[in-house]
Amino acid sequence: MKVVLGKDLLAANENKAAKNRELFDQAGVLVVNLISSPGSGKTTLLEKTAQFLGGDLKMGAIVGDLYTDRDARRLSEAGMLTVQINTEGVCHLDAKMVARALQEMPLTSMDLLFIENVGNLVCPAAFDLGEHVKVAVLSVAEGTDKPAKYPGVFRESGAVVINKSDLLAYTDFNVKNCLADLREIKENMAIFLTSAKTGEGIDQWYKWLRELKET
Amino acid sequence: MHELSLIQNLLNIVMQSASDNGIKKVSSVALVVGENYGVLPDALDFAFHVLTQDTMCAGAALVVQKKPLVLRCKECLAEFSPQGATCRCTYCQAFRTEVVSGRELYIDYYEGE
Ligand SMILES: [Zn+2]
Repeated sequence: MKVVLGKDLLAANENKAAKNRELFDQAGVLVVNLISSPGSGKTTLLEKTAQFLGGDLKMGAIVGDLYTDRDARRLSEAGMLTVQINTEGVCHLDAKMVARALQEMPLTSMDLLFIENVGNLVCPAAFDLGEHVKVAVLSVAEGTDKPAKYPGVFRESGAVVINKSDLLAYTDFNVKNCLADLREIKENMAIFLTSAKTGEGIDQWYKWLRELKET
Repeated sequence: MHELSLIQNLLNIVMQSASDNGIKKVSSVALVVGENYGVLPDALDFAFHVLTQDTMCAGAALVVQKKPLVLRCKECLAEFSPQGATCRCTYCQAFRTEVVSGRELYIDYYEGE
């Protein structure tokens, strides 16, 4: 017997994501899903964002990690309300995991919530978590051709942060070519060149977040 | 390896439907996958093989139909599959595009007795 289903595999996730988004909108909090490969400096970027600008907007972070809580600890020290999710080997966060973490998150008392996804450029792009915007983070140490190799995640993102600009002199990363590739993938994408270590470019990134929060 | 969680979802849906339909043994499952999701056919097969062991889907064939990414240009309305990483319109070089297909991810049908 043949049974025709036509059933969407991600439907359960999409429903849960829509519920998350409803909660975010009710609480008036802007939610940013950060996606990158491991080691791009997402946590340091958030640390700097909180340290330098946390007096202005109240920030929180849901931190997805395969096993540890090191990143979450660093972010709470920087003044963010944090909840850790350990995926125990799963390569991405899904809407259900985020919904669970939200139970521990005082959403109404914050303006901006980051979801730090598991380090991986492929899988996280496929799962809607209910966020308002995805941001791809890459570092100059990873090579200029990252966007050309993984266009999917950049196509889904509203902004790109090119981090570790302090290392530019020590790598063969070509900013001009990378920007051109990103523009080929998606026009009008906000792009920031930052060094989370020195603080370079963090103000521009923050300005963008602030404007997004107000609209 | 998001293939594992995708296949787990697939099996939950198929096995629920099979038991609703009085099916005891599933012989094949057909899955439609858009190029946008970047899933690897080998990884899907591997996940399917591992997760179906000792279930009513054990030994079943997984038939994967891939759908290429097709964009529609918002300027000249042409439809095209992007070459490489660029999403620029092949015909008029414009950037403003929308996804026509390539984002599918659904179980088309399954067969069993
Ligand atoms: Zn065109």
